[in-house]
Amino acid sequence: MDVMDRIDEAVKKHPVFIFMKGTPQFPSCGFSSRTAEALKQCGKEFGYCNVLADAEIFENLPRYADWPTFPQVYINGELVGGCDITLEMFEKGELQKMIDEVVQA
Amino acid sequence: MSVEDDIIEKLTNSLQPEHLQVINESHMHNVPPGSESHFKIVAVSDLFNGKMLIARHRMVNQALAEELQGPIHALAIYTMTPAEWAESDTTPSSPPCMGGGK
Repeated sequence: MDVMDRIDEAVKKHPVFIFMKGTPQFPSCGFSSRTAEALKQCGKEFGYCNVLADAEIFENLPRYADWPTFPQVYINGELVGGCDITLEMFEKGELQKMIDEVVQA
Repeated sequence: MSVEDDIIEKLTNSLQPEHLQVINESHMHNVPPGSESHFKIVAVSDLFNGKMLIARHRMVNQALAEELQGPIHALAIYTMTPAEWAESDTTPSSPPCMGGGK
């Protein structure tokens, strides 16, 4: 499958998805770590992809939504932002609201 | 020109900021001394009025597209309108490195 299709499938299959360096359990970048932590705090399931373990996605993800950096958070298939945006929205309670709307129970 | 000066010049031209801080945070990361790879940007501009965060960050990313392809490894971005800036003049601290330098 084409890498763009793989990215597309991942973000459409999971209502909440993060592309990050490392995993939510073992992040290997401070920005990714903080972002995944905010998602965890929201208490709902989310999908993830470790871009350090997938060279093709690492190379091509920036083109997908025209966003140059990692991590990237997607809700309902749409880019929400990177670390700073996700955390700012989390602190304002907006992230929780968005996630509650798309993830049941 | 240093990467820092380059960032300041490009953001000054594109954002016409009322306030702009470009902080080299490379020393917090797994890079040689004197590196210019990790930056924090605090920009206050009228041009952010009525724009969502993602649109504001895109403005910054677009202004620095060339640098993001090259020397810049990480960019922490805080964007505010003058009104938002007046309410809060603090910015959060950036995270420490966790070794995934790629």
